[in-house]
Amino acid sequence: MADFTMPALGADMEAGTLLEWRVKPGDAVRRGDIVAVVDTDKAEIEVEIFEDGVVEELLVEEGTKVPVGTPLARVRGADGEGPPVQTPPPAPEHVAAPAPASPPPSPSPSEHRPRVSPLARRTAERLGIDLAEIHGSGPGGAITQADVERAAGAPAAPSPPPPPPPPPTEPAPPSRQDAMRGAIGALMARSKREIPHYYLETKIEMSRALAWLEQHNAKLPVAERLLPAVLLLKAVATAAAETPEMNGFWVDGEYRPAAEVHLGIAISLHGGGLIAPALHDADRKSPGELMAALLDLVSRARGGRLRSSEMSDSTITVTNLGERGADLVHGVIYPPQVALVGFGAIRERPWVAEGMVGARPVVTATLAADHRASDGIEGSRFLALVDRKLQSPEDL
Amino acid sequence: MNEEQAREVLLQALAEVAPEADPGTIDPDVPLGEQLDLDSIDLFNLIVVVAERTGVEVPDRDYPRLATLKGAIAYLAEPPDGGP
Repeated sequence: MADFTMPALGADMEAGTLLEWRVKPGDAVRRGDIVAVVDTDKAEIEVEIFEDGVVEELLVEEGTKVPVGTPLARVRGADGEGPPVQTPPPAPEHVAAPAPASPPPSPSPSEHRPRVSPLARRTAERLGIDLAEIHGSGPGGAITQADVERAAGAPAAPSPPPPPPPPPTEPAPPSRQDAMRGAIGALMARSKREIPHYYLETKIEMSRALAWLEQHNAKLPVAERLLPAVLLLKAVATAAAETPEMNGFWVDGEYRPAAEVHLGIAISLHGGGLIAPALHDADRKSPGELMAALLDLVSRARGGRLRSSEMSDSTITVTNLGERGADLVHGVIYPPQVALVGFGAIRERPWVAEGMVGARPVVTATLAADHRASDGIEGSRFLALVDRKLQSPEDL
Repeated sequence: MNEEQAREVLLQALAEVAPEADPGTIDPDVPLGEQLDLDSIDLFNLIVVVAERTGVEVPDRDYPRLATLKGAIAYLAEPPDGGP
């Protein structure tokens, strides 16, 4: 008999709310099956089980918030007994900070994230309007600019009546936005406190990569084309596979290189906030496969359904600011990883080649790395390797 | 496709790709990415949906011409190769 416990879905998670069981007592489960949906502060996550077995008993009811490590269900192993049913290794160590008093469980999943247009959000912030009190009239109940303006112009909203304000002694549970901001803040503060970061940057000339991409895309229907980001990701993933010092975890005072490359992708969420799920085995995917996996991951990250393995096993993370981004980014490492690669926007820049200055597309790649696991010389080699790979795009 | 049809297709595609966006407030002259907080993945998805609906396969190099709603309507109403 083994317990299936509340997993740590990312190094910043202290507790989670069991939203939904996908199994019932008597069900046979196989490694990789999704058995439950858990709400962390950041997202709703589909939790996979990592042992075969039969569900004996569910120990926690839907809607209950429990700390990481709490037994959620009893599972009988295929052979009648077995090791504890656990989340995927390596389980990142938990945040050592004292757990805050648990807020009451959130009401219902659908109320977690009112969809709000970016314009409406900005307007609401400007006017000091609480989005939670606005009834959305857009598609799927989304809050639109017009809703905000209506709320601003009509202090007493006609319908539905605003809920009575909570008694001043009992603060309202934090909104999803606040909770996510808090979770990001706690993790990044821990990273900066514990990880001795060092930073490197290098400029990468992108004309070969972009010319290859244009030629590749010209032959394909829109839906099968690649974005420049895919080449950047593939270059990092293959370079990471060849640089063990950058791809792994700092756990229990020592560095453990990872056998696979699971590329954490920093994805900004439209309502605000950030999540960095793993794109599994990124070094072994073709550019086309990587593009499909990236689109799928981004859409599920924004739509709110990531899987537990994606939340806990990234081996190195990439943050790509994209075409409207700044020129470069000095990233903050996600513990327990030891490196983060940042890309600024690809822009036309003066570039010297063969004694001549010309305009070329250039991207600034940065590396933030953990000085406990590597030194600048290895970091420099790693960035040079990323550059070299982007100069041979046909081999990516 | 006339401009009215092009506008209709684009607004429908935007509603799918960026359900939080409010079509009524889009400024036709401001880049969509900027005013709706869309990144390159969102814009890629938008062009894919437009291709599904209209058959217009926009070449990579023409993407900048679809940056604003106004530009995108003009492009779809009169694609460079005459359309499908």
